[in-house]
Amino acid sequence: MSAARLDLDLTLKRGALDLCVRTSLALDGITALFGPSGSGKTSLLRLVAGLEAGGAGRIAFNGAVWQESAAGTFIAPHRRGVGLVFQEARLFDHLGVEGNLRYAARRAPAGGEAPEIRWDDVIAAFDLAPLLPRRVVTLSGGERQRVAIARALLARPSLLLMDEPVSALDLARKSAILPYIAALPRRFGVPVLYVTHALDEVAHLARQMVVMGEGRIAAVGPTAGMLERLDLQPLTGRFEAGSLLEGVVEAEDRALAMLTLRLAGGHRLRLPAAGFAGTGPRPGEEVRLRVLARDVSLALAAPEGISIRNILPATVLEVAEEPGPYAELLLALAPGEGEPAAHLRARITREALGELGLAVGKPVFALIKSVSFDR
Amino acid sequence: MSDLPGLLAPFWLTLKLAALTTLVLVVIATPFAWWLAHTRLRARALVEAVVALPLVLPPTVLGFYLLLLMSPKGWLGGLWVDITGSTLTFSFTGLLVSSALYSLPFMVQPLQGAFETLGKASLEAAAMLRAGPLDRFFTVALPLALRGYVTGIVLAFAHTMGEFGVVLMVGGNIPGATRLVSIAIYEHVETLDYAGAHLLSALLLVLSFAVLAAVFLLNRRFPGAKR
Repeated sequence: MSAARLDLDLTLKRGALDLCVRTSLALDGITALFGPSGSGKTSLLRLVAGLEAGGAGRIAFNGAVWQESAAGTFIAPHRRGVGLVFQEARLFDHLGVEGNLRYAARRAPAGGEAPEIRWDDVIAAFDLAPLLPRRVVTLSGGERQRVAIARALLARPSLLLMDEPVSALDLARKSAILPYIAALPRRFGVPVLYVTHALDEVAHLARQMVVMGEGRIAAVGPTAGMLERLDLQPLTGRFEAGSLLEGVVEAEDRALAMLTLRLAGGHRLRLPAAGFAGTGPRPGEEVRLRVLARDVSLALAAPEGISIRNILPATVLEVAEEPGPYAELLLALAPGEGEPAAHLRARITREALGELGLAVGKPVFALIKSVSFDR
Repeated sequence: MSDLPGLLAPFWLTLKLAALTTLVLVVIATPFAWWLAHTRLRARALVEAVVALPLVLPPTVLGFYLLLLMSPKGWLGGLWVDITGSTLTFSFTGLLVSSALYSLPFMVQPLQGAFETLGKASLEAAAMLRAGPLDRFFTVALPLALRGYVTGIVLAFAHTMGEFGVVLMVGGNIPGATRLVSIAIYEHVETLDYAGAHLLSALLLVLSFAVLAAVFLLNRRFPGAKR
């Protein structure tokens, strides 16, 4: 799948919102549109969909102009070929599950540039076969969203927009549905623009990240790098601060239920396999790990006789002291030969920062207390 | 009771008028109610007030103005004569026009309520599935507003069946053309023909009850009935 291109040059003023966005995005896989509430991300998504009439400027997708206010061009939303999964699913109550899906499938164009999407594939991908005869009102929140996503796909969109599709779900339902979403671009070849204010969803799903604040785009870049940028913290939030590591499962120790992972930087991590509940990655499979800053401790010398399994040599890259007890550090893991350094974020007290004399360039050992798997 | 068909003729005429009026109202009130439900113009309040007028005005007042409007000297009546060669007043067509106006709020208000409840959410969802405006209306708005339609249809039908004042002012009492059940009952009572009055009254009572009972029973089965 080659990257689709979305050109935006838009302004929208409404109430407290003063949206002004000018960018050209290469949409490949899932792109997260991230920002705190009120930052204008949902409005931007609705402008792209054509559902927001008040905006002025230009929108073009893969060269096709969807809106050009100066020329009076405004392509109606149903002619743009975009799909939109709403936060609250918006299934049609009068149609039933299969009816909802058929509604979309009947209106899908036959040929054209949009990726080919087959009924059977979608039903299988979202495990919908048992839900087909059900009435919409009998579905759980998670089931509703699965149907909503499948319905959006069946209309064969050339771009799939998602507006906080899991934010109304509880944690269990949320983690159950995220893998379906993560698989969308690979399985159906459709680029996804995903609005969220939850960093864990971004880390889990997105290859690329657009950070918005107060109606402006603050930064665009690969997710892993963006999560480490300390200057974006006011927008990405402190509590969830962490970093992403990518690696390959090298071996599985069945007796102890442990996995050995080889990170992109060449380091190895030992991790409990239990978290996978038997459905996890096999040796050879690529995984993404999320390490929260508060789960990383620092030591000046490699500690011995300690229960923590993962102790990695690193160098301090940045130090950000906060008002209050904490400071946050960005670390570069010592790179392997010819490989780029992976980064970690650590959150420690300012007291410890002072006592250990930590400053930029100082070599340390990072003690990783726990890791969560993103895929 | 020697002339049963003659006795029942006003009843069939009333049914015909009520059915046609309801049909006309479904067609007219749909875009009207849609507009009222979605417009942000301030004039909306004024239009709503005008639509609701027949609810509060004495039917004779409405009938009086309609009579002026539809008489061959009024602009609507004059236009009608120019086009068709016949007069609107004291004709079945005139009754149809009057009934439609008289029962307009009974159709518009339930539809407007249904369209407002429906909101934009489902329509936006349909647009995102490539459905155009008309497609969206017929496949999403109409089915979801079904309750409003049933309510409107029943109310408009029942209200038209029961009208008296407007009919008397505009239609008079011409057998086969404007002699409706309510007029006929009144006339039977005036001439002390209580048997005839009984027959028509009982028919109307039973029919009205049957229709309403059917609607209330059906009402539980519509989507969104638990709202």
